[in-house]
Amino acid sequence: MANEVFLKLEGIKKSFGGVHALRGVDLEIRKGEIHCLAGENGCGKSTLIKAISGVHDVDEGKIWIEGEQVEHLHPIDAINRGVQVIYQDFAIFPNLTVAENIALNGEVKDRTKLVSWKRIHQVAEAAMEQVGARMDPDMLLEQLPVAGKQMVAICRAIINDAKLLILDEPTTALTEPEVERLFQVIRSLKDKGIAIMIVNHKLDEIYKIADRLTILRNGSFVSTGLISEYDTQRFTRDLTGHEFESKKYVPENAGEEIFRVEHLTLPGKFEDVSFAINKGDVLGITGLLGSGRGELGEALFGVTPAQSGKIFLNGEEIRIKSIDDALNNRIGYVPEDRLTQGLFMDRSIEDNTVVSSIRNYFHGLKLNESEMEEATNRWIGELSIAAPSPKPPVRTLSGGNAQKVVIAKWLNTEPRLFILNGPTVGVDIGAKAEIHAILRGLAAQGIGIIIISDDLPELFTNCNKIVVMRQGKVGVITDNSVDNIEL
Amino acid sequence: MKKGKRNSMLTSTQMILLYVIIVFCIIVGLRQPAFFSVATVINIARAAIFSACFALCEMIVIISGGIDVSFPAIGCVAMYVPMYLIDKGMGSQSAWFCFGVAILIGLGFGLFNSILIAVLDIPPLIATLATSSIASGGAVTIFGSHDYTSLPEGLQKIYNTNLITYVDPNTGFSYVLNILVLVPIIASIIVAFLLKRTMLGRGLYAIGGAKHAARVAGLNVRGLQFFAYIFSGAFTGLTAMIYTTLMKSARISALMGDEMIIIAACVIGGVRITGGHGTVSGTLLGVLLITLVQNSLNMLGIPTSWQRFVVGIIILLGTILTSWQTKRSLKAEKA
Repeated sequence: MANEVFLKLEGIKKSFGGVHALRGVDLEIRKGEIHCLAGENGCGKSTLIKAISGVHDVDEGKIWIEGEQVEHLHPIDAINRGVQVIYQDFAIFPNLTVAENIALNGEVKDRTKLVSWKRIHQVAEAAMEQVGARMDPDMLLEQLPVAGKQMVAICRAIINDAKLLILDEPTTALTEPEVERLFQVIRSLKDKGIAIMIVNHKLDEIYKIADRLTILRNGSFVSTGLISEYDTQRFTRDLTGHEFESKKYVPENAGEEIFRVEHLTLPGKFEDVSFAINKGDVLGITGLLGSGRGELGEALFGVTPAQSGKIFLNGEEIRIKSIDDALNNRIGYVPEDRLTQGLFMDRSIEDNTVVSSIRNYFHGLKLNESEMEEATNRWIGELSIAAPSPKPPVRTLSGGNAQKVVIAKWLNTEPRLFILNGPTVGVDIGAKAEIHAILRGLAAQGIGIIIISDDLPELFTNCNKIVVMRQGKVGVITDNSVDNIEL
Repeated sequence: MKKGKRNSMLTSTQMILLYVIIVFCIIVGLRQPAFFSVATVINIARAAIFSACFALCEMIVIISGGIDVSFPAIGCVAMYVPMYLIDKGMGSQSAWFCFGVAILIGLGFGLFNSILIAVLDIPPLIATLATSSIASGGAVTIFGSHDYTSLPEGLQKIYNTNLITYVDPNTGFSYVLNILVLVPIIASIIVAFLLKRTMLGRGLYAIGGAKHAARVAGLNVRGLQFFAYIFSGAFTGLTAMIYTTLMKSARISALMGDEMIIIAACVIGGVRITGGHGTVSGTLLGVLLITLVQNSLNMLGIPTSWQRFVVGIIILLGTILTSWQTKRSLKAEKA
């Protein structure tokens, strides 16, 4: 049973108005396996999913489902053959209850006229039982956290007799324990003989969950194989087409102190935090969720200021009681959720780049547009932001490029200290390496860099000092010669 | 868990509204003991008949993710045209004719609204504003603006049919409640059943909550939108004729300006203006509260000129209550 092929694709090609989204992709998914589909943004993953689910008709290539070749697959055919996709937005109803969300699709399919709440509850309970999720069936979806909404989407998918469940980047918005929980559920579905395809490009997660892996790049098939055949080197090479050296960061010429905090305390969040950053240092702050790592970052930027303790910048004591104080001391901060807190998604790259330094471009009452454009062009070049001009809205950029715009915004203010909270979350591996290189370069120029992250490998390669927070206190401060830290 | 559920029931929007209504009644009653009487109940019920009907229409549209500001104009045309036709000798005196034409007119404008919104994808507020203007402007141009104050035979018969007649033993005044009060009562039961127990109703909530998800689920989004506006239009026509019957009047601008107070009643009753949320019971309580305020403020010694002001304050408080409820329920889950 484990080796029986459920879905087979051969030479799938699809283009949209001259743009080749898929240039010949092969894929084989077996019953009862967890298959990972990896690839950088824009590699054709979403198009491939839509081809499998019948949303896009393919231009060329063959599709077999359970050994039977299908042509011109329609969404409803795909569903009837047991293909279920859980998209990133889950397509759920926030205003309806858990039970109704799970049962509604089936009711629509059966063309029910009258609603039986008893039946809806039965269907929902059965689905939750099968998935092993425990939720109050009368809870409104909008009251559930993201992970709960996802569980509801999974429950809904499997009651429709799913044989292949496709999850599009299911872990993006989840916390560590929620990811664990999701993986448990996925494994139990696998044991029931359901084939699972997960789109993901986080290697550590892929190792935890996948049996096999297929990698795409630029719409082409690169490689496929058992997960044991991939190590980090091969994975990154296949994914990006480049070799990345993962040399640990060591500052070239350590200099004098730039930034120091002493006994920083915000009751209930963190207490007695002390550390120092010298010229050339990249400092990492890590810890579990709730350890105070995020709050510490926000305190240094004045979002929720610390109540006591001292902060020194270039040897001078400074007070940070508000964001304005931080800005006046030229401290920059990249928040964790850049989409809602760091960027104006619908404004241009240029607007986003100059927004924090807009005062520099006023000449009298008039903004100097050409200077703004020039500055933006300079950052586009220096940070290699993939954009044709400073004018397109940030929404059109990929995650990695959007993050570079946030960085450009702060660099344009000439910061002395730059704090980044989860700078590479949701950024693909190539852009991640570029961002790391940028941060190292800034540190060499004498800008103090703080990276707050729970991505330990990221910290080990990029930070020469790592502060580990445990329950609001500094647990340990270490250099990056270690390979693992207990959080 | 059981306790939690009971707790949330006691602090639901409906219950809080009920508390507010009770407190309001007690305050009025303390100032004016005469308030607690059968007469008051009849007066309030009579005053709430049209508002309740209009609010039910508006609620359905808002739940489906839209809004309708055209019902006063549609209602005016629907009540005016049958009277005009009878006046010009082109119609019959029967109630069937009057109600039939009114409902058809309402249905026609509802269809027009739904084409603008579901097919041409015009934002509902703009579409219904346009319909409102076209309906009332067009009607005045074509039919003029006469004030019809005498009822055709059929309607006069209904006018004379009372469900309850109450003679106050002290004053000797008689209070009557027309048979038409049954319309909002029956309609409420039907709409409540429709929303709670039929796929059509659940579909309305679904498209109001997440249109895209509804489409993915295979719901006929366009069809549901058509239903919401056509139902609302037809029921508006019916309600307009009830208005004419009870008020013995049909004017081309009789209802104009009522849309805000009706939308307010819905919102106070827990209908979320962004769609997907709302119940018949909440909406009826919202109507009751607004009707009470409109009809009893003078009993508190507050001049009638303050009515609009007080209604405004209630709208504000009601909205704050709803958003507070939402926030609280979201928070409760996080904790």
